Amino acid sequence: MNRRGRRAWRSLFTLYLPVTPFVLFALFPLYFMFVTSLKKNSELYDPTSIPFLIRRGVTFGHYQLLSGDTLFWSWFLNSLLVSLGATIVSVVLGILAAYPLARLRFPGGDSFGVAIFVTYLVPPSLLFLPLTTVVNRLGLSDSLWSLVVTYPTFLVPFCTWLLMGYFRTVPREIEECAMLDGCGRVQTMLRILLPVAVPGVICAALFAFTLSWNEFLYALVFVSPAELKTMTVGVFSELIRGDIYYWGGLMAGACIGSLPIVIAYVFFLDYYVSGLTAGAVK
Amino acid sequence: MRLRTLNGEVAKIAAARGDAPSRSLADVFSRDTPLAYTFIAPAFLLLLFLVAYPFALSLWFSLSDARVGESGSFIGLDNFRRLLGSSIFLQTLQNSLVFTAAALGAKTVLGMALALLLFRIARFKRLIRGAVLLPFIVPTALSTLVWWWMFEPLYSVVNWTLKALHVVNRDIPWLPDPYLAMFTVILVNTWRGLPFFAITILAGLVAIPREMYEAAESDGAGPIARFWYVTVPLLKPVLAVVILFSAIFTLADFNIVYVLTKGGPMNMTHLFATYSFALGLQSGQIGQGAAVSLFLFPILLAVVFTQLRLVRKATTYE
Repeated sequence: MNRRGRRAWRSLFTLYLPVTPFVLFALFPLYFMFVTSLKKNSELYDPTSIPFLIRRGVTFGHYQLLSGDTLFWSWFLNSLLVSLGATIVSVVLGILAAYPLARLRFPGGDSFGVAIFVTYLVPPSLLFLPLTTVVNRLGLSDSLWSLVVTYPTFLVPFCTWLLMGYFRTVPREIEECAMLDGCGRVQTMLRILLPVAVPGVICAALFAFTLSWNEFLYALVFVSPAELKTMTVGVFSELIRGDIYYWGGLMAGACIGSLPIVIAYVFFLDYYVSGLTAGAVK
Repeated sequence: MRLRTLNGEVAKIAAARGDAPSRSLADVFSRDTPLAYTFIAPAFLLLLFLVAYPFALSLWFSLSDARVGESGSFIGLDNFRRLLGSSIFLQTLQNSLVFTAAALGAKTVLGMALALLLFRIARFKRLIRGAVLLPFIVPTALSTLVWWWMFEPLYSVVNWTLKALHVVNRDIPWLPDPYLAMFTVILVNTWRGLPFFAITILAGLVAIPREMYEAAESDGAGPIARFWYVTVPLLKPVLAVVILFSAIFTLADFNIVYVLTKGGPMNMTHLFATYSFALGLQSGQIGQGAAVSLFLFPILLAVVFTQLRLVRKATTYE
């Protein structure tokens, strides 16, 4: 066998074969989610049938149940509105806060940087109890505003941290040139820095949207009317009635609920990868 | 007139123009400071009212006998004293340690293995990376539902496969059995968190200069020696950051446990977050609930402290 052929065989056994279990482990639950959502109940609840396959025909019944008998599309819309709102607020506040931290020297700058970093690490499960009280006092409980207002508490630190790192990679000299030509700080930021930093802003927006869409705890605690629930909470709490589990419907909901994020992910894979590593490596 | 980007020359040209802002350091401060504060104000106010204030409120709750709808009165450290004497809380404490240690261990070892594979894979690189990263992107609350279905007592696909392969001949009670339930919860957490470890460690691997390996190789180091004496020491800072970062969010996990077991069976999978939820919201004892969630704080502080020290160290030595 020639050398190239031998190398190909070797990489098959030392790389592609060992990576297969990892890929299967990652993808199987998602595949199973999809298969279950399309399977007829008679096959789904038959212990003798092979669970991996659909052999007695595909059904869209679970999707119809979801669409017709539940408030699924309201939850979908609620998630969309909340995620868009929270993302816009957080990216704008993040850009504003990241600029001085990356570029300006001012008293208290370092402490604010540390404060941002600390809040970035605060898990939502530490604060949900007192936040319930705060949300009540603001008169926002059982309204989608409660989520638009509280999601930025973990999104703003994240966006600021990510954008600060990104702004620092942009060479100062470009801005200095503009300032010598008579641009003020604000103009320089808007016209020179931001256009160059667009990939960083996209990355922050994608992550903010994904984190809002996937959020569960605050949405579970702050909003209780069924028609105001978000996707994640709605599917979880409204499709399990007492002891009856609509597994087909649950899986159909999980599929559509994951779809927007998966589509964004397919298109912007590189942004997701860079955003994921930015926090930990930089 | 041409503007150069080299610092010295820019200054020279500017001076020649005659409009050079001859600013002292103090001027720079006074000019930029108001702008900096204006820009920071919205984020600062948000974090003050919705993070710092709730945190203070949480401290107050933990020292009071507050219940839902009642503001409560100061009772000192009674909540903490009662918790440390409660067997459910001690169980939660133990669960949290087991869960975090096991999940972190699994994610570190598997993440390292996966990163080393991904680093060397050339063909189908994007496809494989994309596939492996997917569990981290999909909403956890929804993906945990499919894990629940996979371990469902009657129709579990896991049991079906194990029976078909003749590994077992009876259904394994994954979620009703306390120890197996803990195993399942750890498994799902590992599934979800593995991509973060793999991708971040991969970024660390890419950053290691190739010359290091070449030098080690010319000194006669085999692949295993190269891994232990080049890869591991150079990855240490990245590993430390990833593990510390994940330690907080694994310990504070709510979604997986809440969806899969709700803390049961017999409180054997309760973590701080789910127990705090059960106490504070479901039985209305806000004081006790807040006290439970505050147990996350010392660990948070330790992580922040170490991480800041690591960052400082990296900036001084580079």
